[in-house]
Amino acid sequence: MGMTIAEKILAAKSGRKAVVPGDVVTVDVDTVILFDNNFMPTNWRDILKIADPEKIVVTFDHRVPAPTQQAAAAQVTGRAFVRKFGIKRFHDVGHNQGISHQLVADYGYALPGSVLLCSDSHTCSAGVFNCLARGVGGPDIIYAAIKGQTWFRCGETVRYELTGSLPEAVTAKDAFLQIAGVHGAHATMNVEYGGPGVASLSINARKTLTAMSAELSAEFATFEADDALADWIRARNPAPWSPVRPDADAKYHAVRKVDLSALAPLVARPDSVVNNSQPVGEAAGTRIHQAYIGSCANGTQDDIELAARVVKGRRVASGVRFIVIPASQVVYRDTLASGAIQTLVEAGAMIAPPTCGACGGGHMGVLGPEEVCITSSTRNFKGRMGDPSSQVWMASPATVAASALTGTITDPRDFLN
Amino acid sequence: MNFKARVWIVGDNINTDLILPNKAFYLTHEEQAQYVFHANRPGWAQQVQKGDILIGGHNFGMGSSRAAARSLKNLGLACLIAESLNGLFLRNCVNFAFPALECPGVHAAFTEGEIAEVDFEAATVRNATRGAALKGKPLPPSLMALVQAGGVYQLLEQEGLIAPKA
Repeated sequence: MGMTIAEKILAAKSGRKAVVPGDVVTVDVDTVILFDNNFMPTNWRDILKIADPEKIVVTFDHRVPAPTQQAAAAQVTGRAFVRKFGIKRFHDVGHNQGISHQLVADYGYALPGSVLLCSDSHTCSAGVFNCLARGVGGPDIIYAAIKGQTWFRCGETVRYELTGSLPEAVTAKDAFLQIAGVHGAHATMNVEYGGPGVASLSINARKTLTAMSAELSAEFATFEADDALADWIRARNPAPWSPVRPDADAKYHAVRKVDLSALAPLVARPDSVVNNSQPVGEAAGTRIHQAYIGSCANGTQDDIELAARVVKGRRVASGVRFIVIPASQVVYRDTLASGAIQTLVEAGAMIAPPTCGACGGGHMGVLGPEEVCITSSTRNFKGRMGDPSSQVWMASPATVAASALTGTITDPRDFLN
Repeated sequence: MNFKARVWIVGDNINTDLILPNKAFYLTHEEQAQYVFHANRPGWAQQVQKGDILIGGHNFGMGSSRAAARSLKNLGLACLIAESLNGLFLRNCVNFAFPALECPGVHAAFTEGEIAEVDFEAATVRNATRGAALKGKPLPPSLMALVQAGGVYQLLEQEGLIAPKA
């Protein structure tokens, strides 16, 4: 019987000829990423031995620069770990820092067919590189760093067959909100994105879909490899790899078509990402206090340049805090060079240093009582970005930028068409 | 592992931000446990008695990879039984040796305050108040062994691969 992309990699990495849904397998891990939260005093356990320092990446991203003494202490512990084991791929606060999932893209850390782990739930982001990437628990990361292995439960796969191309002012975030709104959670299952429409999406846009697949509760999210992907990886990592394609007779839980050309801007209402989408027009007029662009899902060069196009020559509405966070220093430098950052700052945006920031309610834009935010980040759960009485709407960077200009939830086509 | 205690009931899609909110990240494990459901059921954590059982709906534990299972354990809950468990959350239940069981039908089979009898290894759940019995899905043997061993840190400590807890 044929296998899906996820099944093929699970089989290859566990030394089996085949796997089927329900199998629990032990696999070799190619890349283990640790970040500042792993080193927090309440989480860290002192590792005495690691399998291979070449397989480890360390970054600080959730709380950068350190907003508290505990966050600073975590960084001290992380730096000591890096020194102790001679970790070369270390992204300390400074020139090469960024959100772990963005660094994977910036530096080509995920190769097709490989297995990558990090104890951040949006690690499935790296599945854009035709690999198996999964968010796991902190103890799983310590185990994998020590033993070079982890376990996975093989689930069924849902395939999304993309066709067409996105209209102006409509983004991969809207495509995600369409899928999440209609199909809801995909718990215990993998999602596989493919089809002729993939070619029309940039790697950054595809990465929005894989990062957001965490919100579908997917086990793994994968894209097929194509020329654009090969070019992206080869420009950043000379290591050899082979693409993993699904078998023609692979067995899917479902195959669903998504016509990108037919999509329109959507928003997710507060408190849930899935089963909660509506056309932006239905929410239009909702007053906001904060507009937020950033995170592993939507802090890329594409996202920041799109926001800049929306606000160019205009001013952020009075009473709105417009916060923009490039996902890495690489993205920050690229968007400085392109002029997007200048355009945003002139419009009244505040640019924060690369960090997960307020996406997880950590810092850089935490919400107060009864405040309303529209965000392009990853989650809108009750209380996630701050006070439990605050409300978080989710939308594309274009919709967030348009809303920042008017002070109410606004269709970005009002500014981009 | 066998448990018999009163049950608390929550609904579908309980996320880890509700179990372990960001504002508790800097506190001790014991203090963190007092913030379980702080946003959606304030004051609940303070009513939980040691040994109580939590019943959840579908996709329990969705969301982030934070050590939410550790907080449920530290709160004193004996085990969790849900319609279905989020895959990442299940990993942390295994990691921290918190017994968590998938048992379709469990949500409708109990009213809050009733008594449940659970055989974790056999994956059986009985409503001791009303007598109804349910069969859940046993953990795969390799994962069950990890839970019985006390979780990942216990295992790595025994093998001399991490330092004993300070």
